[in-house]
Amino acid sequence: MKGKPLASIASAGLSKFGRRDGLYARELFLEAVNEAVERCPNVDLRKDVQALFVGHMGESYEHQGHTGPTLADWAGLLPAPAVRVEAACASSGVALRLGILAIASGLFNVVMVGGVEKMTHRTTAEAVEFLAMASDFPFEQWHGVTFPGLFALMATAHMNKYGTTEEQMALVAVKNHRNGSLNPKAHFQREVTLEEALASRVVAWPLKLYDCCPISDGAGCLILTKPELAKRFTDEPVHIVGSGQASDSIGVYEREEFTSLAAAKEAARQAYETAGLSPKDVQIAEVHDCFTIAEIIAYEDLGFCKPGEGGRLVEEGITALNGSMPVNTSGGLKAKGHPVGATGVAQAYEICLQLTGQAGRRQVEGVNVGLTHNVGGSGATAVVNIYKRG
Amino acid sequence: MEAVEKLAFTIEQFYAFVKGRRIMAAKCTKCEAIMLPPRFVCKACRSTNLKWVELEGRGKLLTYTIINVAPSRFQRLAPYVVGIVQLKDGPNLLGMIRGVKPEEVRIGMDLIVDFEPPEGGAWPAWPRYYFKPA
Ligand SMILES: [Zn+2]
Repeated sequence: MKGKPLASIASAGLSKFGRRDGLYARELFLEAVNEAVERCPNVDLRKDVQALFVGHMGESYEHQGHTGPTLADWAGLLPAPAVRVEAACASSGVALRLGILAIASGLFNVVMVGGVEKMTHRTTAEAVEFLAMASDFPFEQWHGVTFPGLFALMATAHMNKYGTTEEQMALVAVKNHRNGSLNPKAHFQREVTLEEALASRVVAWPLKLYDCCPISDGAGCLILTKPELAKRFTDEPVHIVGSGQASDSIGVYEREEFTSLAAAKEAARQAYETAGLSPKDVQIAEVHDCFTIAEIIAYEDLGFCKPGEGGRLVEEGITALNGSMPVNTSGGLKAKGHPVGATGVAQAYEICLQLTGQAGRRQVEGVNVGLTHNVGGSGATAVVNIYKRG
Repeated sequence: MEAVEKLAFTIEQFYAFVKGRRIMAAKCTKCEAIMLPPRFVCKACRSTNLKWVELEGRGKLLTYTIINVAPSRFQRLAPYVVGIVQLKDGPNLLGMIRGVKPEEVRIGMDLIVDFEPPEGGAWPAWPRYYFKPA
């Protein structure tokens, strides 16, 4: 069983991320679906796609619930069953996971997995309020901690325990902005300097504006199929060979330690085990850098380095585009943007482009194994998947 | 105490105690686990034989942040410090840290809980506790 593909990605699509005035979530989703169909002329959506699993965090943004069938309709999938998944920032990571399980179960030949969020038409205060719902209400939100504040609690603990610095965190932003400047779909396509990042205003000390990902609009879509059917749809399938998902307490304060995410470590363990691979086999990764400290912790939780060495990894350029282990070649959440419900699928989209040599100016040469790491909220959900070029 | 024993081990009841300026936790009489917030089934052993215990409210600061960009309901307080405190009795609790300049807050410092006067207002109208230097 080990290393045998669980499911294969036949095609992928992504809307442009950023401020997308005048478009609704369903329209952004259609933009992503359209690209997936253009890339895969052999797929007949209505005939082939048997179900939709779609990540979407908040009905507050557009005053719209019941998004599963709405998005299935816009995608042209009716009457296929549709499931909307809410797992905060890991909504579409979990949707992807459900798609993998549906295919691996043998009950479905082809499913669509997607994710979408339309956020920028609301005020920042409103968006922040909606995002805060991903943290514990009675014991966190009620006592004045914000969402950046929860990751700031982890950052302070990491600095105190390991000597991680504000400069190292800022370097994550510098790296991801550089990558984003090479991604035509990124929200921010401009570089930032270390000085700019360090001088940006404090949001929740030690995190500054440039340590935080933006509020963005965007959507993503994947078409999954059985590995043995993949060649029917594409000459270049990407196989999902490892997959893991885990949960933790929603309250950060309830956890045994604040310098790692137990759910991410467990999801990674499952993913490596199902793939029969180890961290050293991974050549490229998209990790959940909602805040810069989260990328540093991700390196450690995924086993790319020992606990406490994450800061050094970015400082030494190991995770840069030209480093030995490029991370967030898309620009990550930091520069590509973070339409929360779309992020998990957007990460898989980037890995697909990289493994099939379609990443343009940010292409990393000779990569065969990639990994995605998607975290919900402050770490109560984590999904890790491992991909291999077909 | 007999009346206290009969009160449900709920979040609502926890905050009712906070209104009376007490931090109360549920203690499992079978495995001794202390649950904060309380639950009516033991997290560790699933026993329902529980009792209320009053925590001393003293502890050490494990980690903290200084919130500069605050939600609307806390805007008038910004910048303010929020931290996670490990109580002497075991469990952790998150709260604001007052009575010390943000730049003077240190991990490991000794803190003690205090209580805000209840505000009332819309749901959930829970009273708040916070920490200050011991
Ligand atoms: Zn017990």
